Amino acid sequence: MNRGFAFHGAVLGAFCLGFGAVLALTNRLTEADIATRANEDRQASLGQVIPASLHDNDLLGDTLSIPAGDGRELTIYRALRHGAVTGVAYEVSATGYAGKIRMMLGVGADGRVLGVRVLAHKETPGLGDKIEVKKSDWIERFAGLALGDPPADKWAVKKDGGQFDQFTGATITPRGVVTAIRDGLAFFSEHQAKLTEVR
Amino acid sequence: MADNYGTIARDGLWDNNGVLVMLLGMCPTMAMTNTATNGLGMGLATAVVMAASSLLVAAFRRWITQEVRIPVYILIVASMVTLVDLAMNAWMHELYKVLGLFIPLIVSNCLPLARLEAFAAREPVLPALADGLFMGIGFTLALTAIGAVREVLGSGTLFADAALLLGPAFKFMELRLLPEHMGILMMILPPGGFLVTGLLVVAKRMVDVRAGKPIQMAGAHSAG
Repeated sequence: MNRGFAFHGAVLGAFCLGFGAVLALTNRLTEADIATRANEDRQASLGQVIPASLHDNDLLGDTLSIPAGDGRELTIYRALRHGAVTGVAYEVSATGYAGKIRMMLGVGADGRVLGVRVLAHKETPGLGDKIEVKKSDWIERFAGLALGDPPADKWAVKKDGGQFDQFTGATITPRGVVTAIRDGLAFFSEHQAKLTEVR
Repeated sequence: MADNYGTIARDGLWDNNGVLVMLLGMCPTMAMTNTATNGLGMGLATAVVMAASSLLVAAFRRWITQEVRIPVYILIVASMVTLVDLAMNAWMHELYKVLGLFIPLIVSNCLPLARLEAFAAREPVLPALADGLFMGIGFTLALTAIGAVREVLGSGTLFADAALLLGPAFKFMELRLLPEHMGILMMILPPGGFLVTGLLVVAKRMVDVRAGKPIQMAGAHSAG
C-alpha cells in the first residue's frame, strides 16, 4: 500500500462526495416535514399561553417584528378576535442556574399575563425543573398578574422580599423566571400602542 | 458460521460489553442515564447508527485505504447520525423531542469508531452488521440498567415517560417505587452516573468470577 497521497485524497474525497450527496438528498426529503413539525410545535406552545376563545385568526400568520433591547428582532404573535387585538405572545428568556431559560409569554390586551410556558431549559433535574408545567403548577400562578399587580417590589421571589415561592434548593432558577416575566411585561407596556394597533 | 454469530452476540451483550468491559462511550453513558427511559432511547439510537455504519464500512472495506480510514469512519458515523437525526425530526417527532438533543452526541461516542476499526474493517458485511447490532444492543442494555438504578434511587420512579418513547401501549412500564421525597438527588446528577457505572462494572465482574470465567482486561485491542 504505497500509493501517493493524491490517491488517498481522492478516496477520501470520493467518500465525502458520496455521503454529502446522500445527506443532501435526505435533507430534501425531510425539509418540508421538519418545517411542518416546527410550526406545529410553535402552534402548540402558543395555544398554551393564549386561550383559543380569545382569537379567531391564525396566530402564526399574524406576526410583528419589534427590535428588542439586545438588538435582535423579537417576533410577536398576535391574537385577534373580530379584528381587534385581544392578546399577544412572544418569547422571553431568563438567566437560570445553567444557561438560558426560553419561555413563551402571553399577555392580554389589558397588560395581564395570559399564561407562561417554559420552552427549553437546562436547569438541574429535581431542583430547578419545577418551572416546567409537567413537574409543578408553579408557572401557572403568573396568569392574571400584571406589572402593577402585585406592586413592583413584590415581583421577586420570597427570599428577595417578593411574593413568589422559590424552590427548595433552587432560588436562582425562579428568580430568573420572575425577573424575565416582569421584564416581558415591561416590554409590553413600553410598546403597547404598537402591539395592539390594528393594521 | 453459526458459532461465529453466537460469539459475536455474546461478545456484544456480555463478554466484551462496550460500557461494562471496554468502558467506551462514557460521555452518553454519564449524560443520558438519569432515567431508564433516557438510557434506553439513547441506546437504541446508538444501536441503529452502529449497525448502519458497521454495514457500510464492511461493504466499502476494499476501498477504504489504511491511510484515510479514520476520517472515512468519522464521515460515515457522522452521516448516519445526521440521517437518523433528520429522519426522526421529520417522521418521529414526539420521540425526537425526547431524544433530539442527544442524537448528535452519538458522533462523540467512541464505541462505534472502535468497533469499526476493530471489527467491521476486516470482516464481511453480515458479521459486521451483527457486531454493530449486538454491540449496540449491549450498549442499550448497559445504559438502561444504569438508568434504572439511578432513576429508582434518585427519583423513586422506573421508566418514567416510557410512553413518550415507546408509545402509549407502554404506559404500564411507568412505575413509582419510592415516594418522591425519598429520592437521593445526587443519583440523578453526574456523580451518580460515575458511581452507578462503577458499581455495575464491579457487579458484572463478580458474576464472571463466580461463573469461573477469566477476567477480561478493558479495551486491550480497541482503545477509543
